[in-house]
Amino acid sequence: MGILTTVKSAELRTAGVSSATGASRRAFLKATATAGGGLLLQAVLPPLARIAMADALASSVGEASSLGAFIRIAPNGIVTIMAKNPEIGQGIKTMLPMVIAEELDVDWENVQIEQAPFDAAKYGLQFAGGSRATPLNYDPLRRVGAAGRQMLVAAAAQSWNVTPSECSTEAGIVHHLKSGRSLAYGALASKAAGMSVPDLATVTLKDPKSFKIIGRRIPGVDNAHVVTGQPLFGIDVTVPGMLYAVFQKCPVFGGKVVRANIDAVKKLPGVRHVFIVKASEANRSGDPQGLNDGVAIVAKSWWAASRAREKLEVTWDEGPTAAQSSEGFAQSAARLAQQAPASYLRRDGDVASSLKGAAHVVEAAYSYPFLAHISLEPQNCTAQYQDGKVVLWAPTQYPGPGAKLVAATLGIVESDVTVNMTRAGGGFGRRLRNDFMAEAAWMSRQVAAPVKLVWNRADDIQHDFYRPAGFHFLKGGLDNQGRLVAFSDHFVTFGQGGKLADSAAMDANEFPAQLVPDLEYGQSVMELGVPTGPLRAPRSNALGFVFQSFIDELAHQAGEDPMDFRLALLGEPRVLVNSTGKPDALRDFNTGRMRDVLRRVAEISRWSQHHTLPKGTGKGVAFYFSHFGYFAEVVQATVAASGDIKLDRVWIVGDVGSQIINPSGAENQVQGAALDGLGAALGQAITIDRGRVVQANFDSVKPLRIDQAPPVEVEFLITDHQPTGLGEPALPPVIPALCNAIFAATGKRIRNLPIDTDGLKA
Amino acid sequence: MAYTIEVNGVKRTVNVDDGDMPLLWVLRDELDLKGSKYGCGVGICGACTVHLDGAAVRSCLTAISTIGAAAVATIEAMAANPVGRKLQAAWMELDVPQCGYCQAGQIMTATELLSNNPNPSDAEIDAAMTGNVCRCCTYSRIRAAIKKAALIPTDAATAR
Repeated sequence: MGILTTVKSAELRTAGVSSATGASRRAFLKATATAGGGLLLQAVLPPLARIAMADALASSVGEASSLGAFIRIAPNGIVTIMAKNPEIGQGIKTMLPMVIAEELDVDWENVQIEQAPFDAAKYGLQFAGGSRATPLNYDPLRRVGAAGRQMLVAAAAQSWNVTPSECSTEAGIVHHLKSGRSLAYGALASKAAGMSVPDLATVTLKDPKSFKIIGRRIPGVDNAHVVTGQPLFGIDVTVPGMLYAVFQKCPVFGGKVVRANIDAVKKLPGVRHVFIVKASEANRSGDPQGLNDGVAIVAKSWWAASRAREKLEVTWDEGPTAAQSSEGFAQSAARLAQQAPASYLRRDGDVASSLKGAAHVVEAAYSYPFLAHISLEPQNCTAQYQDGKVVLWAPTQYPGPGAKLVAATLGIVESDVTVNMTRAGGGFGRRLRNDFMAEAAWMSRQVAAPVKLVWNRADDIQHDFYRPAGFHFLKGGLDNQGRLVAFSDHFVTFGQGGKLADSAAMDANEFPAQLVPDLEYGQSVMELGVPTGPLRAPRSNALGFVFQSFIDELAHQAGEDPMDFRLALLGEPRVLVNSTGKPDALRDFNTGRMRDVLRRVAEISRWSQHHTLPKGTGKGVAFYFSHFGYFAEVVQATVAASGDIKLDRVWIVGDVGSQIINPSGAENQVQGAALDGLGAALGQAITIDRGRVVQANFDSVKPLRIDQAPPVEVEFLITDHQPTGLGEPALPPVIPALCNAIFAATGKRIRNLPIDTDGLKA
Repeated sequence: MAYTIEVNGVKRTVNVDDGDMPLLWVLRDELDLKGSKYGCGVGICGACTVHLDGAAVRSCLTAISTIGAAAVATIEAMAANPVGRKLQAAWMELDVPQCGYCQAGQIMTATELLSNNPNPSDAEIDAAMTGNVCRCCTYSRIRAAIKKAALIPTDAATAR
């Protein structure tokens, strides 16, 4: 790219996603001429905004705005757009550059995408999570592209000595129709760098009706590499001279190494180093996200290290978590349910007297298990420590905290940590935590060589940050008209070190809050030694099951059609303000948007005819609002006399705003999220016994397979709202829709996940 | 110990300590062919699928010492396989991948399927592909891509 000379910069205010934190969204657009006659456009955040962003992130992923565009236009017209976020399978590497290319008005065929390294100063916030890429970036990146286009037009107009308003653009060419002249962007790039930088806040955006790239089905930019098996993923990284490592941690979370037969293992074929890792040397707080105790085996091949591991004998101090088990938690939860909740998330009206006066009261206990993420690419990282600095290649969803963790673990400054982001073979939230980075970095320093650490499948399943299990003890009261008048939940969840465990919270506004006059959500907490964390659609993936299943029970008790009962509960279109009490267009619950997706899914699934299905076949419906997206889903399932469940078909209607940026990616995400949820409901649980995970591979934690996968019909309602993301919101409703379909088919209510097919035997 | 095996039409010699070393790790770490992936290590996810004399096998369970004269073909050679090439084209046209990690294994199994059964039904596709996990659940598109590839004349796909 050559030497850069900054030509102009201007401080600008960009419109962005509404932010609860109020973090500054002032961004600089920098235009630079490159030595070879090209144009470099860079939108960067000033230092203060970056600090505000980091503060916001400390509490929650993605609450702050971000802007980190980086565009290069070469003299030959090739436009290179840096993909700033990690690609974990949600299509971000394709989708975000599409947004820039659209407003820049270039031909997609002339766009090249490069994966950016982690560099917060240059790219701002870099992460994949929370379905945030679209809401955080759609508007800001459009503006960056539009500003670039405006500068290219200005350059052309100056060359021709005409006014810019007489010029138009198309596919990377500026035209002056009056004189019939035209100039390609490549030829204008160098001159454009000298034009004044437009105000991002007021730059003219395209009318969406004229979009040529946004809204088109554009295949993933890495597809050719994927289908030909070229190296892309973290596990594919090779560094000259690297050794391969495995790491044996205590099967009980938080356990410590007492001793190990290190000398014997060192003598095994191919083994170069065996050593005990003491977490206390690097991780004094005992943060489960940091380095844990264990024994590292570093060998000339991963296979040699794995074989040697079979001979490794470790004596552990298992610690207090060894007393914990899933069964024990279920018993404790049942005991706690007999008592008043320890605290309340909300208390509206007078639930006790409302239940007393109700015509019918329905009571039910629901539970769901711990879940692992089971990304198909196991956790891994390659690290090269040299002269006090470390370079990492990591399939991470969130490199910033990874760099921080590595710096803290090694006791070096963050500026001495370089993180290269690789494509990740699935994330699902697992790779928001970067424990594998700390481990690889530690090992590389210890052995003074580059180290590639690869976890085996059992490591990956048994050392995760699990979706927390949970227990709900529900009561619903119906009046003599069948209306829901009272609702209570006693949520028994988990805590760690005096606060709720990660991703174990419930929102005070959880549905059906604000829709039922007398409602209370109580909460009790059990101490947990098992690490927990976000799993695709955190909290919602479990709460959707509980509340949308229980609502179905209430509809049944009321003698109402489940669809009509839900529509009646939602009532007239209105906005229910989010639980912070501060109105926010993205976070507030719009009952009208939900009503519309529900009505539409009733149409496309021919809901009105669900009574005519054959015996053993049923349709179930559910809806859920999460990650700013409104989804209503219908599942049809057939239950055999053996209890076996056949998934017949899924219908999904979603509302994620005014624009589907890449319909191909969007449909893929929605179908995948729904099938992911069905797979979890049918075959996945992590069971804790004596403080350790029982399951070890895909025979006991079962991902959905092709012969189980039903057709999934997807439709989007295009509405006049800000476009939002799709990695997650289609997942939560599919599980209760399935459970409700099973009830319709069999009369048996699923109140515990995963679904026990033995209980469905005729 | 030295083993000479034929990989993608080329004889390759590797020196390994352990005759039990799975072909997967020989391919990935000795021969630097990274397309075959590690997923489960016990033959139940299909990410490591390769061909031995045209038959799809799990390379994570195939010891180097058992290969002998059998021809090994990996995803890296599928562009030169008339059926594999059609499948790759269909996979790209239908934009099958999400994370992409399983797709090499999917294409290897699908290549075996279409080589033996040029026009499979949905049920035949499901039966053949059930050993290949896609954690992102791109199954609808995998089915569609196999059917699409089945419609492409083999000559057209190989004609580049």
